[in-house]
Amino acid sequence: MIIELWYRFISVLPFDWAQPGQFFFMKNALLAVLIISPLFSILSTMVVAKRMSFFSDALGHSAFTGIAIGILLGWVKPVLLAVAFSILFAFVITLVGQKTKQSKDTLIGVFSSIAVSLGILLSTWGGKSFSKLNQYLIGDILSITSADLNSLFFILLFVLILWWVLYNPLLVVSVNADFAISRGIRSIWIEFFFSALLAITVTLTISWIGLLVINSMLVLPAAASRNIVLNTRQYHRWAYIISVISGITGLLVSYYLGSSTGATIVLLQGVLFLITYLFRRR
Amino acid sequence: MNLPARSCDYKGHGGLCCTQVVQFGVTIGNETVLENVNLHIHCGELTAIIGPNGAGKSTLLKALIGLLPHSGALHYLNAKNNRSGHPLFGYVPQDFSFDRDSPVSVLDFMVACHYRFPVWFHVTKSIQKRIEKSLHEVDADHLLHKKLGVLSGGELQRVLLALALDPVPNILLLDEPVNGVDQSGTTLFYQLVSNLRKQYDLSILLVSHDLDNIEQIADRVILLNKTILLNDTPANVFSSQEYRSAFSLKDTVSA
Repeated sequence: MIIELWYRFISVLPFDWAQPGQFFFMKNALLAVLIISPLFSILSTMVVAKRMSFFSDALGHSAFTGIAIGILLGWVKPVLLAVAFSILFAFVITLVGQKTKQSKDTLIGVFSSIAVSLGILLSTWGGKSFSKLNQYLIGDILSITSADLNSLFFILLFVLILWWVLYNPLLVVSVNADFAISRGIRSIWIEFFFSALLAITVTLTISWIGLLVINSMLVLPAAASRNIVLNTRQYHRWAYIISVISGITGLLVSYYLGSSTGATIVLLQGVLFLITYLFRRR
Repeated sequence: MNLPARSCDYKGHGGLCCTQVVQFGVTIGNETVLENVNLHIHCGELTAIIGPNGAGKSTLLKALIGLLPHSGALHYLNAKNNRSGHPLFGYVPQDFSFDRDSPVSVLDFMVACHYRFPVWFHVTKSIQKRIEKSLHEVDADHLLHKKLGVLSGGELQRVLLALALDPVPNILLLDEPVNGVDQSGTTLFYQLVSNLRKQYDLSILLVSHDLDNIEQIADRVILLNKTILLNDTPANVFSSQEYRSAFSLKDTVSA
């Protein structure tokens, strides 16, 4: 079906792996990169604007804990429990952050440490090996199947629809939450909506991208874009361009170097950040 | 002061509609910040609120627009003295702090405040027209494509004023609008406010420390310190004993 069309479409490329009937993992990975790039670049614009990079990092940890608990309970799809767990985590942080005067930074640090140590404790209880969780730490985009691609595509669609409907109030909240409330925007719900969206995306993609790399992909595209743009449209556009360039190039380079794809992509994003930093506009 | 509870008339003064603040109180934690605040705000009147630091001036504005929980009631009465629910407020906050590096232009921010059509995707011609018109009202046409973070204090206040004026509110609340704005910006801002007030017959509630300007433009001055101590003409308030003791003045000082 659609995936067959993609295989045929890509066979025009002058790469040996692009020829028909072989290297499906590479073709799948390339399509995955094309879906992940817009997904992570639009989310990253808000992660950076709202200074939530520590929070999104903590979300990755809580997703990891959810997966560990799911495996412990013998679930076939531990990721479902992980989604519930990280949405709960996002909700608690958002709520507690509103109610106390504690710095959000400290709160996130506390919750994130508890989550990750609980995950490790549960998954190693009774001398069990930790190794089956390694894929969630490093991630492997080359392991993505065509069924995974389907879910990935629906995640992108879901995020795009919500981004279309709820972006404007989210932007006002991100500039100044009190001002947003004074204009009748329910700031806390908007904040929670974004945290939950982030939680869902991070948790569902963590096994392909890996805990160690996922947060970089949620920060670097927007951080680089922001150096050179003056408004929201340019901000989104350049975050996307940076994300897709580093994604495709990173995948190809890692294929020929035999290196980790996620890490290669992030390193390229880091290089693009440095370049845009040199050309930054005020 | 005893004011009739359900009528806008008093001393034959003021406009045909009014807003009544009845027995307002705000408690934060165990601390009573405001109590027994009773106030009539008439259309077309500019009322200035003064008081020492911590008197509850900003708190009163925030309670009025519902940013803070409060006791007491708020009524809006139209020209026929019929209650018509809450007044529509326009609010220019005191401390509008934001990340100055954020790539958000004035156009982006104003569109996001007014419309649901996603500003990251596209801004249509007709939406941009409305924003341009709105900025024109406050002499800020040239700010349209500027980043919020590069605006001066006075320019930012004008953008916030433009937002507060669309849709045209029943009451415009200005919380120390010229704090940190230079002299020419201040003059410009007050000129603008008095023009708009005539143009739209606006009620304005202005919190300010800028006593010289208040004397020039305010119809009434309210001296607030946890409750309303005085509600009178500027001249009467500034010459009163209460005013001097509230600000612990021995001689005249402009704060």
